[in-house]
Amino acid sequence: MPAAADAVAAVKGGWPGVTDRASLDHPAINVPASDLLAVLRSLRDDHGFDMLADVSGVDWSVGVSPRFTVVYHVFSTARHDYVRVAADCADGASPEVPSATGLWPGADWHEREAYDMFGIRFAGHPDLRRILMWDEYPHFPLRKDFPLAGIETELPDADVVAETRTGAIAAPMMGGPFVAAPGQINLTEAEPRAKDESWSERRPKPGA
Amino acid sequence: MPKPPMSVEHTFPDSAARNAQGEFETEKMSLSMGPSHPSTHGVLRLQLELDGEVVTKADPVIGYLHRGDEKIAENMTYNQFVPYTDRLDYLAPLANNMAYAIAVEKLAKLEVPARCQAIRVITAEMARISAHLLGLGAFGIDVGAWSVFLYSFTEREKLYKLFEELTGARFTTSYTRIGGVARDVPPGWLERVNAFCDQFLPLLEEILDLLTRNRIFVDRTAGIGVISKEDAIAYGLTGPNLRASGVPLDLRKDKPYSGYEKYEFDVAVGTKGDGYDRYLVRGEEMRQSVRIIRQAIAKFPEGKWYAEDARRIIAPPKDKVLTSMEELIQNFMIVTEGPQMPAGEVYFEAENPKGALGFYIVSKGGGVPWRLKIRAPSFCNLSILPKVCVGALISDVVAILGSLDFVMGECDR
Amino acid sequence: MVSANTELTYDSKIEGDIVVTRLDSAVNWIRSNSMWPMPMGLACCAIELMATGASRFDIARFGAEVMRFSPKQSDVMIVAGTVTYKMSSALRRIYDQMAEPKWVIAMGACASTGGMYRSYAVLQGVDRIVPVDVYVSGCPPRPEALLDALILLQKKVKKEPSFSKLFSA
Repeated sequence: MPAAADAVAAVKGGWPGVTDRASLDHPAINVPASDLLAVLRSLRDDHGFDMLADVSGVDWSVGVSPRFTVVYHVFSTARHDYVRVAADCADGASPEVPSATGLWPGADWHEREAYDMFGIRFAGHPDLRRILMWDEYPHFPLRKDFPLAGIETELPDADVVAETRTGAIAAPMMGGPFVAAPGQINLTEAEPRAKDESWSERRPKPGA
Repeated sequence: MPKPPMSVEHTFPDSAARNAQGEFETEKMSLSMGPSHPSTHGVLRLQLELDGEVVTKADPVIGYLHRGDEKIAENMTYNQFVPYTDRLDYLAPLANNMAYAIAVEKLAKLEVPARCQAIRVITAEMARISAHLLGLGAFGIDVGAWSVFLYSFTEREKLYKLFEELTGARFTTSYTRIGGVARDVPPGWLERVNAFCDQFLPLLEEILDLLTRNRIFVDRTAGIGVISKEDAIAYGLTGPNLRASGVPLDLRKDKPYSGYEKYEFDVAVGTKGDGYDRYLVRGEEMRQSVRIIRQAIAKFPEGKWYAEDARRIIAPPKDKVLTSMEELIQNFMIVTEGPQMPAGEVYFEAENPKGALGFYIVSKGGGVPWRLKIRAPSFCNLSILPKVCVGALISDVVAILGSLDFVMGECDR
Repeated sequence: MVSANTELTYDSKIEGDIVVTRLDSAVNWIRSNSMWPMPMGLACCAIELMATGASRFDIARFGAEVMRFSPKQSDVMIVAGTVTYKMSSALRRIYDQMAEPKWVIAMGACASTGGMYRSYAVLQGVDRIVPVDVYVSGCPPRPEALLDALILLQKKVKKEPSFSKLFSA
């Protein structure tokens, strides 16, 4: 794909902080958060990547720095190719990147979702609130330290809660999701094991 | 917005508040449409602000079907996640299965044999017909035409019978595996699909005749919900919604995958971007899908339906597993630890009936993904609602929702 | 002339225009054969619910064709699909608005127990917020299974002590 590679080369020439990112398919670049909007604008206006296909957050887990990355996929409707742009969030405790809603109004909902799932704030977003979970939900579900089963939370409607005496519970998992660990190819470490996120409601965890 | 003429001509009691021009003071009404509503196609909540019948602000509230698919994907092997992809766009599960399988196969740069690609194309196009039929049926009900729904469901039942014969389930099929499909086509199935196509085309014309030149339908959809080309691209619309606005983008033609380059078909592109154009585009897509299916069956290749050489990815057939040690171990490793994928990132978009379904997979190696992001076409299609509903009447909002044809299972994941 | 059906015996030559039966039988017979569903169609099971209402599986022959989305006009709420925590309060409110007598069919695995979605956002079974009368298993259940559930519910309704409840709640 010469055109996408040319665009990447031009962007790398224009902004020295931009580096190559390892990718199995499309050309990908790492961009510092301060240059992000300028790079995206250049891709959109100078190189014809007029559609923003996707914005996703990635959490690399608690100890890793940088912890969060926001990955943008831009698409050119004329040449039909993609470029992946990844921006690391400088601060793992309160991650923030500038918002792309000025460039593409479609980024609005994608960024709200990244905020909802990871807690990544987008500076300049017109209305940053939760989109998939209810507004008062206190946790960020896709973070690696949040269990799949969930954490016990109160539901927002007080009258329904009073009537049904129920709330959001940790889903009963009988010892947690049983799954192999990603990444390690070593046989013994890759064996599926119980992650032990929650037990069941009636019986306590045996041995506890 | 035109002011109602009667406010200046009639005299009303003094207790009615009047502003400086002598017109009535009106307040905007806040109306919450949904989440349980017959016309919202699933659990969508629209917070509307109305001035009389005209919408001044529309704020969609989604997330009522957010089931945590992306978090679940981080806790499942690649093959274990296939049933969850069925339930994304639950009107065309086979298309979702295919998109996911191809995305994961891109991690390993795995090419499946031609027969498997042909099977995937045939099932995806049948799923496209099924999804568009239901979209039309629901659109018809929204604007008041009940018969379209019943006719289209009869056709869908015939498709369900074919799916059930091939995969075992009527619609949530979980048919593809990473590296192939679950089983080969049964004998005679292709002839039955051909027979279905033969009887479907005239019936499709009958169904579309009910609506295409129907005065009421045209009045309710022409000129309603107009989306311009620039808006469609800026908001990330894909699929029939984008093509109806005049952008000739179809991933099957522009970035072909799974052997689509071998088949000849046309791409339906609209001109005005209103609800009527979107309806016409979907109707034409169904005709083109039949064309693709016929070509795929005519050129159906021999061979295997799974990639035999991918030893750490696809499980060997059961008769080998139960008799030979090496295949047994291979099967065991794939089932417990998952198909072993190399580390890296991929992003793949497939042309689903609702739009471009994209999977962004971050893999650190092993059989379980580190991050799986599902780029749902309905999520992006819905984000244009706050712009397109402003200035429309309430009944037009219903027609707009029907013409956008979104699915909440995909939007919320 | 001996008729095999002993529940509601009526012979026009003997009784003429008068039918003698238990009030419960009459009321339950009427209620069970005109169950108007309130389709709480949330996810994929809603598509099978629609297929049950379409021409091949025709739920209308059981008296349940009037799928009105208004809770005040319906008898049975068919929860079809995954109930998330965000949706649960809306669902409970709609259940509260239904007039007595009301029943609930939990259609599918997700409505019965949370199904394959053991996650932070999914209510693990709709019976945590509304009382359920019939559970239908399947993902999604075939339309025949839903019709079977409706028949089971009709049988359950026919055994209810409606008369005593008429004056109490």
